[in-house]
Amino acid sequence: MSAVDQTVVAYERPPADASSATPMQRERAVTIFEKGQEGRRAFEAPALDVPEVEGLIPASARRAEPARLPNVSEPELVRHYVRLSRRNFDLDSGFYPLGSCTMKHNPRLHERVTALSGHARLHPLQDPKRAQGALELMYNLERSLGEVAGLPHVCLQPSAGSHGELAGLLVTRAYHEARGDHRTKVLAPDTAHGTNPATVTIAGYEVVPVKTSPDGGVDVEDLRAKADSQVACLMLTNPNTLGVFDPNIEEIAKIVHGVEATLYNDGANLNAVMGISRPGDMGFDIVHYNLHKSFTQPHGGGGPGSGPIAVSDRIAPYLPVPVIQKLADGTFDLTSTPTDGPGSKTIGKLRGFQGNYGCFVRSYAYICSLGGPGLQDASETAVLNANYLLARLQELVGDRLPLAFGERCMHEFVLSGTVMKREVGIRILDLAKRLLDHGFHPPTVYFPLLVDEALLIEPTETETKETLDAFAEAVADIIREAEEDPSIAQSAPYTTPVRRLDEATAAKRPVLRQPL
Amino acid sequence: MADASYPDELLYHADHDWARIDGDVATFGITWFAQDALGEVVFFDPPAVGSTVTKDESYAEVESVKAVSDVIAPLSGEIIEVNAELGDAPEGINDDPYEAGWMVKVKLSDPSQIEQLLDQSAYVASLT
Repeated sequence: MSAVDQTVVAYERPPADASSATPMQRERAVTIFEKGQEGRRAFEAPALDVPEVEGLIPASARRAEPARLPNVSEPELVRHYVRLSRRNFDLDSGFYPLGSCTMKHNPRLHERVTALSGHARLHPLQDPKRAQGALELMYNLERSLGEVAGLPHVCLQPSAGSHGELAGLLVTRAYHEARGDHRTKVLAPDTAHGTNPATVTIAGYEVVPVKTSPDGGVDVEDLRAKADSQVACLMLTNPNTLGVFDPNIEEIAKIVHGVEATLYNDGANLNAVMGISRPGDMGFDIVHYNLHKSFTQPHGGGGPGSGPIAVSDRIAPYLPVPVIQKLADGTFDLTSTPTDGPGSKTIGKLRGFQGNYGCFVRSYAYICSLGGPGLQDASETAVLNANYLLARLQELVGDRLPLAFGERCMHEFVLSGTVMKREVGIRILDLAKRLLDHGFHPPTVYFPLLVDEALLIEPTETETKETLDAFAEAVADIIREAEEDPSIAQSAPYTTPVRRLDEATAAKRPVLRQPL
Repeated sequence: MADASYPDELLYHADHDWARIDGDVATFGITWFAQDALGEVVFFDPPAVGSTVTKDESYAEVESVKAVSDVIAPLSGEIIEVNAELGDAPEGINDDPYEAGWMVKVKLSDPSQIEQLLDQSAYVASLT
């Protein structure tokens, strides 16, 4: 093995019995509430030095008994959370090629600027006059994102990609209804992220799936057959979850606009095209960004995320409010009742405040650090890294894990484990679990759904050639090992804090509450 | 999980469903191949008794640890019974896809459709 930052050595064989379990496997993970002793604490509140106000909180809203808070000292508290963090797999300790999630490195500079007190201690109800810096940052971020998408009007409010999708469909509905046109269906390719059909359903539309052609793009004839006057929108990811940039995008836009529907771009895969091609130029009316993916943000643990949308002129009046305005004197303000332009026929508020502000600071720092050419370089390197890893894997194990569609890829690619399952006797799930023993987070498995035994790999631009080589060699090692004894991978992982989980029982009989 | 098997007294649909014919009533389920592709089944959402099913169209959903999938009707008719046991024990679909894992019984509306189904050897040949 070459000099690589991955130092975990895989077990050659499964442990023979439970006595060979690692200390972390033997340890029962507990919640903070199960620790400590009565009277122990990490913080001593100072004595009250202002007059106590009686009756400020009505009796009905007061606790009858004190809350049962954990009784732990500061060292116990620190150790508890450090221990929990060590039980997790994170991007800071290893390669995390989770497809369609863009697990790129989060520069430390972003944490420094986000922690500045002007950002960190900003209150969402602060008077706009006293939050000018924050409003200027958000205004500039909107302009920058609009430039990346090629669509001029941006709303930062949505909290996640899926929230951006919902915002996109709500403005689509408002756009059609303003014309007296009540449409019922939304089209989505069968390669779509699962959130697309879910959003369509939540927004009250019927989902109509569109087939995929043999080259991995939209089946244009199927689209033409399904695009009718009841279609409100086509939700398209380009490049899609197969890592294929749709060569027929202009024709697709023509068909969709021909029936007066909107063309929505799920921007989850924007990391492949920043500074190279713009959704607005391709004919998209609406795009959402995943700031936490393309524009860096520690993510993968459930948030906070950020899913702004950008729209064309004809959709702009329906955007959520308040909108950020730059006034004639150069200052910034928030308005919920713009008289014209973006938000003038608004769908209303999408959330309580302006969005996850910390995400805006990090993403704006990223854009300022890299600049336009840097963003383009990031995307080009992401595509290069994916194609390099694809080529290495095809060289080493192409007969067992062939590419599902096409010959090359954008920023991610999908391998099919059908042959491996039949010839070697291990499934993609087994390969994924065994990768954990090699110190790698597994790629996305069993998605997209149209590929049997799918393995979706997205290395991102921030990984070195050495790491990509080590990953490809680990995949080859696992398959070689399974050719001799498939049971090793079938029972993996061996080195992680917990071994293989019983996912079926977890889904059928989940334990959702713990008494305190 | 049981070993791969495809009983020769059953008829098969290319979308990996089986039918056991008894006069004008048929029992439906999914094949060993289908349950193997799905992985461990965690939930079965059956149709209502009395509802109609149409050949080649979805009549139920199975959810596995991988995904939610439609179950395709091999023949048309009216549901006269559903396997309620699968509600608490959907693993029957994995453990015993042809007996404990049966899904619905259907009174056939067009028994002539039976001729369009595959026999065991034709179905097995379609899998390779």
